[in-house]
Amino acid sequence: MSATGIGASVRRKEDFRFITGQGQYTDDVTRPGETRAVFVRSPHAHAKIRSIDVSAAKKMPGVIDVLTGAQLATDKIGNLICGWMIHSKDGSPMKMAAHPALASGKVNCVGDAVAVVIAETIAQGKDAAEKVKVDYEVLPAVVDPAKAQAKGAPQIHPDIVNNTIYQWHLGEKKDVDAAFAAAKHVTRLDIVNNRLVPNAMEPRAALADYDAGTDNLTLWNTSQNPHVARLVISAFIGMAPEHKLRVIAPDVGGGFGSKIFIYPEEVVCLWASRKVKRPVKWTSDRSEAFLTDAHGRDHVTHAEMALDANGKILALRAKTIANLGAYMSTFSSSVPTYLYATLLSGQYNIPSIYCEVDAVYTNTAPVDAYRGAGRPEATFVVERLVEVAARQMGIDPADLRRRNFITAFPHQTPVIMAYDAGDYNASLKKALEIADVKGFAKRKREAARHGKLRGLGYSTYIEACGIAPSQAVGSLGAGVGLWESAEVRVNPTGSVEVLTGSHAHGQGHETTFAQLVSERLGIPFENVSIVHGDTDKVQFGMGTYGSRSGAVGMSAIVKALDKIEIKAKKVAAFMLEAAEGDIEFKDGKFTVAGTDKSAAFGDVALNAYIAHKFTGAELEPGLKETSFYDPTNFTFPAGCHICELDVDIETGKVDIVNWTAVDDFGTIINPMIVEGQVHGGIAQGVGQALMEGAVYDKNGQLVTGSMMDYTMPRAHDLPSFHVGLTETKAPSNPLGMKGCGEAGAIASPAAVINAITDAIGTENIAMPATASAVWTALQKSQAPKAA
Amino acid sequence: MAMTMTGEVQLPASREVVFAKLNDPEVLKACIPGCETLVMSSPTEFQAVAVTKIGPVKARFKGNVHLTDLDPPNGYKISGEGDGGVAGFAKGGASVTLTEKDGGTLLTYNVEAQIGGKLAQLGQRLVNGAAKKTADDFFKNFAAAMNPPA
Repeated sequence: MSATGIGASVRRKEDFRFITGQGQYTDDVTRPGETRAVFVRSPHAHAKIRSIDVSAAKKMPGVIDVLTGAQLATDKIGNLICGWMIHSKDGSPMKMAAHPALASGKVNCVGDAVAVVIAETIAQGKDAAEKVKVDYEVLPAVVDPAKAQAKGAPQIHPDIVNNTIYQWHLGEKKDVDAAFAAAKHVTRLDIVNNRLVPNAMEPRAALADYDAGTDNLTLWNTSQNPHVARLVISAFIGMAPEHKLRVIAPDVGGGFGSKIFIYPEEVVCLWASRKVKRPVKWTSDRSEAFLTDAHGRDHVTHAEMALDANGKILALRAKTIANLGAYMSTFSSSVPTYLYATLLSGQYNIPSIYCEVDAVYTNTAPVDAYRGAGRPEATFVVERLVEVAARQMGIDPADLRRRNFITAFPHQTPVIMAYDAGDYNASLKKALEIADVKGFAKRKREAARHGKLRGLGYSTYIEACGIAPSQAVGSLGAGVGLWESAEVRVNPTGSVEVLTGSHAHGQGHETTFAQLVSERLGIPFENVSIVHGDTDKVQFGMGTYGSRSGAVGMSAIVKALDKIEIKAKKVAAFMLEAAEGDIEFKDGKFTVAGTDKSAAFGDVALNAYIAHKFTGAELEPGLKETSFYDPTNFTFPAGCHICELDVDIETGKVDIVNWTAVDDFGTIINPMIVEGQVHGGIAQGVGQALMEGAVYDKNGQLVTGSMMDYTMPRAHDLPSFHVGLTETKAPSNPLGMKGCGEAGAIASPAAVINAITDAIGTENIAMPATASAVWTALQKSQAPKAA
Repeated sequence: MAMTMTGEVQLPASREVVFAKLNDPEVLKACIPGCETLVMSSPTEFQAVAVTKIGPVKARFKGNVHLTDLDPPNGYKISGEGDGGVAGFAKGGASVTLTEKDGGTLLTYNVEAQIGGKLAQLGQRLVNGAAKKTADDFFKNFAAAMNPPA
């Protein structure tokens, strides 16, 4: 292993500019004559718009124009769409309500944009926005997904009966019911997977610039997938033909899924720029982000597990109501279906699984993918059921897991997925050792002497990453292919640019992708730069989400590098006057087999461009190759997290004292970056388990609308994590990578709640398990054992 | 966001005087913090404009207020709704009860309100604190109005 190759903890190239304030984010980009967009948003969760009067606002100083939904419709700007078709049990397609970028006639959630002021400055825009008079007829609202389908519930969209988007199912109900009928033991749980606000550090932003001379539109925005944004804005919204629209996602400060989607604001900025013939910029403030970024999770589930007398799992069934909010966001339909129910087998050999999912509209912000997207919800269901079943049956939770682990691969689950590689016993064993589970009883007694209830919770999770191959996801309803592209440009001096369709917004691609190229071509790490996030530079790409940039994005680079080697060998053969088949490539050097004749990579690159050693009839000059790579399967990262915590008997406060994470991510390019991803993921999962929860009141007002009321985890809330690795290679891609970006957030909530319930002796606790919630649960449960 | 608030204040005047002043637009205008205009359109209805600042949000609320359950001199119910434009809205009411105490009047109030939009997003702690302060200021002013300077 070289100091900068695969497997080396190379320091991140990009961090220097980030931590010295030299990153170039969308809001840092300025265009001559730039104007600012300020949105007028609904204060009501559900209301008819009787009228909008913009006349006073238009007369305000600095105002260029004030635009409304009516004009958007007149200009035939299309609605925002959800790009994954789900069919209900009865075969009917999902019911997607109209989602105009500016509300027209009706608002359906607080924060729904009803008008936009285009002004010279933000201050002038805000002053003018105050003058926009909107006359609302307030309607009753529904915010609770469990109540959205009730008779008499407020109807949000015309013709969408009972606010029901789809009633989907997966698995064989008959088999599952038979297994339950024969089961010795059944564990039942009611689970709420709490709603989360993504809170990327950089809020969303968009800058649109219309060039009247060329009729070209350029959009800078905070996107995880600029090509997908361009495709949707062009093909569905009809803003401009694809070749007349350039989308640039420069440095982006965190996404966690929330920046995958196409939002109203960028559509309005593009439209407005064309109308006012000046650049239009919008940057969300934190309050707007709370109201309008697509939220995550928000499931209500009843789940059951059937077991035989020996603790062997016979079947699992679940009924979930998923809240998709007021409108269907870009990929919202897929999250509670194909990214959720397909993972309900966990790491276990479960013969039968049946899952029903109803997706509903409510008068809340749209809900879509958020770090883990469906898989944290599935893991929580499975891992809570397994833990509770073990307790109820008097079996050690680790042992019950072991009895049910899948040990032979490939393994076809009853819910679509075919696991191709893994060793679940290995990660459990290693985690038990690192966490010193043998010494737990002693530590528990010690904690009790200090007035603490100590608990231990496991989460042996699995996830499906990569989200491919395209043919398979297409058959499940995806509107796009989920491959990735890469272009490798070797310059005449031997330096290399890699143009990738993946997009980095904190993941460190500039470092890890360069490590791959450095290793493969034997050239210095510093001689490689990674280009991404610009549709004028990169031909096409699907962006970054679902932990796919390694398994899919880097695999595309590998394929392009393979082609570079083939072409470079041809050049080297002419240079070294040898047969192409005799050229060997190793450590950045082309050698004629069995001789000392060789050429360095840089010399070959130069010769490829000066083309003095061969004719055009023999070989095309240049050294640039492209690959579109489509994996053969999802990848299946898996592992075991163990959380050990103390509950304060007097206050209910939870202190995590020890965290062990043993993950199998397949091949790892940069262990330091992987460890960072694990840390961040656990922090987000612990946030969900202990602190975070988006709460709407019954009228649809977001009462956790700022950092004062929505608690995010901080460093002092977390212990130093003990991170370990096991490795089985993913067979579905050439590097054997599985993906690590979401694992922590997927594994950790169940580990925390399993530990809390172990400590307090009642299963009756919901997330977020705040001190108040834990204290209340403690009072309701039997007398604490440690008291 | 729902908000409730209760309180009481001892006033150095008879119930009859207090009740009269509670129905006097000039007194109310002088006592409501930030009140710019207050116009009676009937003995039980008035339109008011008041500027309120809560944390980072400053808004001019325009509202219709009506008085119901008038039971002189025992109390009334005052309710209304205010539109603060982009800052949001507030609606709700307060029942006010007057009882004789220590030669004066004990005024007890019970507020129930709904707020929405940006104001609701500010969070319960900030809004409740600001509402309590507005109420305190109002009754401080109102108590002072019991003894107008000669």
